[in-house]
Amino acid sequence: MKNLILIAAIIVIGTATVTAQKIYTKNGLISFYSTTKMEDIKANNNQTLSVLNTQNGDFQFSVLNKGFHFEKALMEEHFNENYMESSKFPKSTFKGAITDLSKVDFKKDGTYNVTVKGDLAMHGVTKNILVNGVISIKEGKITASSKFSIKLSDFNISIPGAVKGNIAEAIDITVNCKLDQKM
Amino acid sequence: MQAKKIILIYLVILCIGFTAKAQDTTDLMSRLESEMEETTNYATATFKTTRLINGHTIENVGKHVLDVKISHRFGKINGGGYQLFGLDNATMRMGVDYGVTNYLMVGIGRSTYQKTYDAFLKLKILRQSKGKRNMPVTLSYVPTVALKTVKFEDPTRQNYYTSRLYFTHQLLIGRKFSEGTSFQIMPTYSHRNLVSLAAESNDLFALGIGGRQKLTKRVSLNFEYYYQIAQYKLTNTTNSLSIGFDIETGGHVFQLHFTNSQGMSERTFVTETTGDWGKGDIYFGFNISRVFTIGKNR
Repeated sequence: MKNLILIAAIIVIGTATVTAQKIYTKNGLISFYSTTKMEDIKANNNQTLSVLNTQNGDFQFSVLNKGFHFEKALMEEHFNENYMESSKFPKSTFKGAITDLSKVDFKKDGTYNVTVKGDLAMHGVTKNILVNGVISIKEGKITASSKFSIKLSDFNISIPGAVKGNIAEAIDITVNCKLDQKM
Repeated sequence: MQAKKIILIYLVILCIGFTAKAQDTTDLMSRLESEMEETTNYATATFKTTRLINGHTIENVGKHVLDVKISHRFGKINGGGYQLFGLDNATMRMGVDYGVTNYLMVGIGRSTYQKTYDAFLKLKILRQSKGKRNMPVTLSYVPTVALKTVKFEDPTRQNYYTSRLYFTHQLLIGRKFSEGTSFQIMPTYSHRNLVSLAAESNDLFALGIGGRQKLTKRVSLNFEYYYQIAQYKLTNTTNSLSIGFDIETGGHVFQLHFTNSQGMSERTFVTETTGDWGKGDIYFGFNISRVFTIGKNR
């Protein structure tokens, strides 16, 4: 009998520890920026989905490509039609983890530089990437941000000769997600 | 023994816990993703530009976008080598279109053909969509007014200013069937204040059909046909049939086509086409479109 209670207690404690602490947002911001002598192209997607598991560092992002909005309507059309082929590949995702989670104390305000490693999937190509990011905690509110750059050719996105001068080969990507929802 | 068992159970639970944990992030993400997919997804870029060949497509220019269009129709190909297959003669239309909002565009133009000024507006009423809201087609309404300023045929009779005016109303019903294939039908009503024969009707009706098939990401093959309802058509006119290509390069769209219509405003190509494909009354032509964004869109 005693043993049973013990087992029950252990199970309760055990499951309590495995109830993962997940924080997420449905309106994170991902922007990208292409700059050339000819023109600057910038787009924002403020409907970025992002989930971070604060216990094991699992970190995922997902965006609908059609959710990127540009200053010029035609840029947006070309982005979806010619480059991202958004009907064929509607989503871009990142699945990975913070590799040095131990650096981060989620209970203490501060700014923590972390490294995130995982698979970036877009335009039908999945590529393992390693990026530097920042987890900042202010009054218990957690924000994840990062800046990195990717090469279009790595993702099978080709730029025709006529507009080569207008679109950069490497695109700067900025991530800024306030992970304010809990689960 | 008992303690060992307990430890074993604990480890098993922990293991299950860990796998569940790894799964959890993905589970939550897929749940968020499916919530997101419940939003409405609108069909975009059904056609490359706002004109199919001669007539309108269901596409509008974006808000605050100015589209400068220059169109040429050369002479008849059956003019032979003497006329360099029509290239000796050309009519043209210069025009600008402007997006007031994403749903409303306005445009003006001037054609050398019969010295005609035209003005139109295009209002998007329905948008093809999937998801939360399902709509199988896009519907637009395009009223056009044309002012023919060429001198009156008969200056001796009393001519009114209103006799120069022509009104055309079109409904455009279009659907993007797949990434590369789009079709539209265009019921058209045209009214003219002045007719040349008493027997002719002031009101003319036609039904247009058109479509495009993408050949590559940036090139498409288009066709456009207007069938005139027999009892509401002018004598000696033919139905307008055109085929052409859209070629897109950055901010430009080039449209190259063959058509049996010489005019480029609705009234002329729908109701006054006289060319006959069978006899080689074919006009080679092109439209060039260049868009400029005025002010910030977002």
